[in-house]
Amino acid sequence: MAEPIVEVKNLKKYFPCPGGAQNHAVDDVTFTINKGQTLGVVGESGCGKSTLGRTIIRLQEATDGVIKLNGEDITHVKGHKLKQVHEKMQIVFQDPYSSLNPRMTIDTAVTEPMKYAGHYTKKQLQEESIKLMDLVGIDERLRRSYPHELDGGRRQRVVIARALALNPEFIVCDEPVSALDVSIQAQVLNLLMDLQDQMKLSYMFVTHDLSVVRLISDHIVVMYLGQMVEKSPTKELFVRSLHPYTKALLSAIPSTDLDHPMKRIQLKGEISSPINPKPGCRFAARCPYATERCQEPQQLRELSKDHFVACCRAEEMND
Amino acid sequence: MAEKNQFLSVRGITVEYTQGKNIVHAVNDVSFDLEKGKTLGLVGETGAGKTTIAKTILRILPVPPARFKGGEVWLDGKNLTALSEEEMRKVRGNQIAMIFQDPMTALNPLMTVGDQIVEVLQIHNPHMKMEEAVGRTKELLEMVGIVGERYKEYPHQFSGGMKQRVVIAMALACSPDLILADEPTTALDVTIQAQVLDLIKELQTKQNTSMILITHDLGVVAETCDTVAVVYAGEVVEYASKEDLFRHTKHPYTKGLFNSIPSLTGDETRLTPIPGLPPDPTHLPEGCRFAKRCPYATKGCFHMEVPMKEVAPGHYCRCLRETEEG
Repeated sequence: MAEPIVEVKNLKKYFPCPGGAQNHAVDDVTFTINKGQTLGVVGESGCGKSTLGRTIIRLQEATDGVIKLNGEDITHVKGHKLKQVHEKMQIVFQDPYSSLNPRMTIDTAVTEPMKYAGHYTKKQLQEESIKLMDLVGIDERLRRSYPHELDGGRRQRVVIARALALNPEFIVCDEPVSALDVSIQAQVLNLLMDLQDQMKLSYMFVTHDLSVVRLISDHIVVMYLGQMVEKSPTKELFVRSLHPYTKALLSAIPSTDLDHPMKRIQLKGEISSPINPKPGCRFAARCPYATERCQEPQQLRELSKDHFVACCRAEEMND
Repeated sequence: MAEKNQFLSVRGITVEYTQGKNIVHAVNDVSFDLEKGKTLGLVGETGAGKTTIAKTILRILPVPPARFKGGEVWLDGKNLTALSEEEMRKVRGNQIAMIFQDPMTALNPLMTVGDQIVEVLQIHNPHMKMEEAVGRTKELLEMVGIVGERYKEYPHQFSGGMKQRVVIAMALACSPDLILADEPTTALDVTIQAQVLDLIKELQTKQNTSMILITHDLGVVAETCDTVAVVYAGEVVEYASKEDLFRHTKHPYTKGLFNSIPSLTGDETRLTPIPGLPPDPTHLPEGCRFAKRCPYATKGCFHMEVPMKEVAPGHYCRCLRETEEG
């Protein structure tokens, strides 16, 4: 039986807005990530997928809900305990240009987490840094370079090496390849998959690119305006998506397959505001199938094994 | 490639940038044609020179550091490279318009979107009355799906997708014959990208406008373009109709690009990336520029000049070994 590493229950993250309003960035999200597996989180900009990642690894305080790491509740741990949690959970940010200090050589950047953790000698730091650079495929002669001397792909490799420095068990990858060209993107994706096999890592992979998520994830969560609208094993989602938003999202990807062009589901309008949203389905305003029932709050329901959807019309639409 | 009835003909344009003591060979002997009402896709990676090509056509290169080293651009029988700056100014906006990549920076944050479009109209039609310009602006906004009443709003009051529509409305203000769209949907989400692409296509058919679409996304190319030019390190390496390029890919670089994209239907568990990195544009290698990353490269590829060859009717490829592998 697969062992869970990260469990998230009814997680909420609200940000206060001027005038006492609340921005519901992440609203009632629940899922489990098993050891050695990858959960893909997809959605459009502003749907709360990055906030979710940051809240889980405790870079931000959750408003409500529970986060568990290896069965232990870490939602409100502080001080020394939090430091230990951060050793086990790391993050790779989207933009390798802004997530490295331009005045630090990449060697210093990679060993920084180990210095912070405190239990390494200088010699160990040296050795570890050589090992890490080798692991992510950075030439040893580049160790003393500054970030501006490297291209985007190498920089992202450095960021990955830094995330691996403390032997974490779980890494949040927040759009790690979006800023890279396709040929480089493929190199970095392969690297992430290799590292996962070698080090038994678990990932939460946040992205807006569905083809990337299909390649790398075991399960996928689709988010819309802070809420989970669908959760499913990867293969099934691409064959049989249930939520109208997921369908539209899948149909909107420009396909390189000339023989089977996607039949596009045209969505009207744009993502609405997450500030004090109405209680009903947040997608209803853009949904081609919306009825009056959609004004009521939607529950996430399991329609087939492991496949959850938050849409009251899912059954009738998918028969 | 030299046919007379082409609407736009780009012939051997070469552009360099000076960077301190180094010279960046950004665009090298690039040629292509475009028929009236058709769309050409310029595909390539960051730094391949795609945007520089567009800027050269429009003659808006920053000189210096850029330097136009040679070549010709013919639009509808007119040699744009030979025009005076004053004549060229009449071409810009009226005949050729550009849609820039980032809608957040392409608009003036201190002017209402309506005023920005009115400004375009009045510059190109000095005799147009204010009421007429405002009326036309509202029409343009409606055309791209924005209610005319939002005329008086500022760019920050619009979302990314809507800002891009405003930029498109502005580009279409003077009904240009040619649109240069530089990654028009890269900054947008997929569902919004789908809306914007459909809009561009619809307007294009209505006005029979030609378009050069710069993108790195082969999916976008598949959906919108008629012909495609693949650009690598400042050179066109493959040039063909979309059908030919997608079904009978010839150049190893183009093949590599296709292999690098995760598919939405296949069963692969790993990608086949192109190894290595594009060459440093200040020190371009001799011979084929892709040779170092190419799995098929032989000795000859590293020092022989590689010409563009017509490998099938209308299908051009810059590769020495293309004929061998078939």
